[in-house]
Amino acid sequence: MTQHIDSVKAYVGVFIALIILTFTTVYVSQLELGEFHIIVALLIAFIKASLVAWIFMGVRHSSKMTRLFVVAGLLWLGIMMLITFGDYTTRIWDYTPQPWSQKPTVGGVH
Amino acid sequence: MAETIVPVGHEPVGHEPPPEVTHLRHHFATTEQQLDASMLGMWTFLITEVLFFGGMFTAYAVYRFMYPAAFASTSVYMDVWLGGINTAVLICSSLTMAMAVRSAQLSRERPLVLFLILTMIFGTIFLVIKYIEWHSKWVEHLVPGFNFQYNEAPQYTHHAQILFFLYFCMTGMHALHMIVGLGLLTYLLIQAIRKVFTAYYFTPVEMIGLYWHFVDIVWIFLFPLLYLIGYHHPK
Amino acid sequence: MATIVQGTPEAVAEPVDYLNVSHTWKSWLFTTDHKRIAVLYLISITLMFVLGGAAAVAFRINLLSPEGVFSAETYNRLFSMHGIIMVFFFLVPSIPATLANFLIPIMIGAKDLAFPRINLLSWYIYVVGALFAIYAVVRGGVDTGWTFYAPFSSTYSNSYVLAAAFGVFIAGFSSILTGLNFIVTVHKMRAPGMTWSRLPLFVWSNYATGLIQVLGTPVLAITMLLLAFERIAHVGIFDPNIGGDPILFQHLFWFYSHPAVYIMILPGMGVISEIISCFSRKRVFGYNFVAFSSMAIAVLSFVVWGHHMFITGESMYSSIAFSILSFLVAVPSAIKVFNWTATMYKGSISFDTPMLYAFGFIGLFTIGGLTGLFLATLATDVATHGTYFVVAHFHYVMVGGMVMAYMGGLHFWWPKITGRMYSEAWSKFSALLVFVGFNLTFFPQFILGYLGMPRRYHNYPPEFQTLNVLSTAGASVLGLGYLLPIIYFLHSLKYGARAGNNPWGAAGLEWQIQSPPTTFNFDETPVVTEEAYNYGPVEEIVG
Repeated sequence: MTQHIDSVKAYVGVFIALIILTFTTVYVSQLELGEFHIIVALLIAFIKASLVAWIFMGVRHSSKMTRLFVVAGLLWLGIMMLITFGDYTTRIWDYTPQPWSQKPTVGGVH
Repeated sequence: MAETIVPVGHEPVGHEPPPEVTHLRHHFATTEQQLDASMLGMWTFLITEVLFFGGMFTAYAVYRFMYPAAFASTSVYMDVWLGGINTAVLICSSLTMAMAVRSAQLSRERPLVLFLILTMIFGTIFLVIKYIEWHSKWVEHLVPGFNFQYNEAPQYTHHAQILFFLYFCMTGMHALHMIVGLGLLTYLLIQAIRKVFTAYYFTPVEMIGLYWHFVDIVWIFLFPLLYLIGYHHPK
Repeated sequence: MATIVQGTPEAVAEPVDYLNVSHTWKSWLFTTDHKRIAVLYLISITLMFVLGGAAAVAFRINLLSPEGVFSAETYNRLFSMHGIIMVFFFLVPSIPATLANFLIPIMIGAKDLAFPRINLLSWYIYVVGALFAIYAVVRGGVDTGWTFYAPFSSTYSNSYVLAAAFGVFIAGFSSILTGLNFIVTVHKMRAPGMTWSRLPLFVWSNYATGLIQVLGTPVLAITMLLLAFERIAHVGIFDPNIGGDPILFQHLFWFYSHPAVYIMILPGMGVISEIISCFSRKRVFGYNFVAFSSMAIAVLSFVVWGHHMFITGESMYSSIAFSILSFLVAVPSAIKVFNWTATMYKGSISFDTPMLYAFGFIGLFTIGGLTGLFLATLATDVATHGTYFVVAHFHYVMVGGMVMAYMGGLHFWWPKITGRMYSEAWSKFSALLVFVGFNLTFFPQFILGYLGMPRRYHNYPPEFQTLNVLSTAGASVLGLGYLLPIIYFLHSLKYGARAGNNPWGAAGLEWQIQSPPTTFNFDETPVVTEEAYNYGPVEEIVG
């Protein structure tokens, strides 16, 4: 594997971007965004994490296999959260009895 | 010699240095194979870490979904200033760690030692601030299972306790990873002072660098999730 | 460093191999040779198997009579220890840590696994975890079942939950390290010419297993940790009294523990591919499909866990989705069974002991898999969940499938591992005992479950006694079937005939090297030029 050596400029650039994004996320959290509050916060966190992974951790120079592994790790985290949430979000759904789901009456006894 | 740039894989064929320099182990055919294996192994390990923390993040998400108001009410106790400063401290340590790896890649021995020391200093500052935060939580009776009292909004006592447990569990696990990281950095520092790392062999620096950045990424998510919930609600 | 063996001239003439290269304790306990670590694992998991089996014998005796022998508390502790030990300390490490540890580097033409020292570390971690589990047994046991369901385990149980949970937590890391090692080894250590499409299917299935171990086990670790916090400090995370959700525990637990079922069965499927191919003298039919079905099982295993929770208060919409997804797992599993059967078609089949186990596997795994579909169906599951039907189902998969494959693999590669041949007559007899004993033990349990006998009770209504007595009788036969191999394997170490390098005339790199192999397996790195299972036309094999 060929080692790519990044410039100091790239590292410092990422550093500055991360600091700015940290201020941004604190600032944005004070706005009244309602439901979007968490989405914006996570979006900023995701951008920050991507910057760290892409430049500091050298994913941009890494092999396709390494990238596949990184994506797979995130995908599995997504599977765990999404499917778990599939349970929690639908537990409160109303259940409407259907004609076929009513108890049969036997011998006139209800 | 220290200033010549000889990236691994670019050296002329047949001029690979002896195993004392490359640390090639017997069961690998080439240094390239050894480095590739270590990299893939480290990334695989980081995936296990993603899922380890992922379990806690899932629990957090579920309870936040179930008890949004109780979770938001905890924001008065979360010190955004300390959390924010700690975020910045960790970002600084990530920068110095990246610079340490770069110095090793370039066989620059003194900068490597310097950047490792800086990284350790930032890591220690983070832990000290973390301790201050935890201590104030203890004083305010916010430690679940030991002295939990939630006077701010008594109707949320139970549900807020779950958040505070998650707070301690997640930041605690994160801090534990930081402590392990500091131990690993100490090992690196000793090796670096002994001038073990060269452009031909710096795998440990790179591996531990990946680990350190990963721990930083965890914090990047913990900060908004724990410190900034309901921050917009004026107390 | 090699100690010179003094004694008979025969011993001096023996070629150096990984076993006789040195004989000190130190050379075993600090070895980084994957073959020696495999042997260390083999010894330790066999001890755990005996321990878990002893618990099974005890509660089968209890079930001989409707009123039982032991108290309900003792009975609960017996079946819990049986489950915890068998699942986490025998089945999960069984094939990966022993056979695969020994064979994967050889099969792909490498000198060792990618990280030999991590391999040794994983064994030490396993031992520490096992010691915790044994400590829990010695102090009086655990009564939560192997699933540790909260809030019983976290609040109400007065048994040694913490020690057992820590044991499971620790053993998990050993499993992670094994899986990580395999993944990297298969990616990076293959010999020249050993392409992905030339890998033996045993390597494919263990690679898929490694993926599950790496992706699933960390979640088990954090779940056990949260459980421990809840139990120690009553923080409330799984406590419904203060708003915690016990079903969250089940979600996290089964996110690992359902895929863990495939950690247990996939390596067994790999063994069966090897055995069927060798003793039919044919390439595995549909190699690509069998290889990719392992990967498909690994992926699908992560999206079906909710079928363990149909009756626990999970959303019914979620249950419907889980039910459908669970049916999907049947597809790759069936592909494997069909392809093994097709491999035997027009093959030159010989009935050596490993092949007998493989036959047993195919039949029993099919029953186990198909009854799994009953349980994936929502309506049937409501009636059969928590009955002996479930117990019989997973024992058909785990024991009828996995342990059969493990025994088959041990008999297949024993000559390679030790260089000695075991008694053919005794081994065939014990294979027969295992098959008969197994079916006698667990088939009655299907009927018991169908009739409504709940699992995990120490007593039962008298009308169930006949079937329970049959089951206990079968368990004694099964126990004998497992005891015999331990005896004749040990006997073969000293008195067995020399096996030679390739006693079965099998294809594969592991059969081309010395038996037992040398420390670095190959004198020079082999170059692979042909596909796996390159068995020629049947006529050419003779002689």
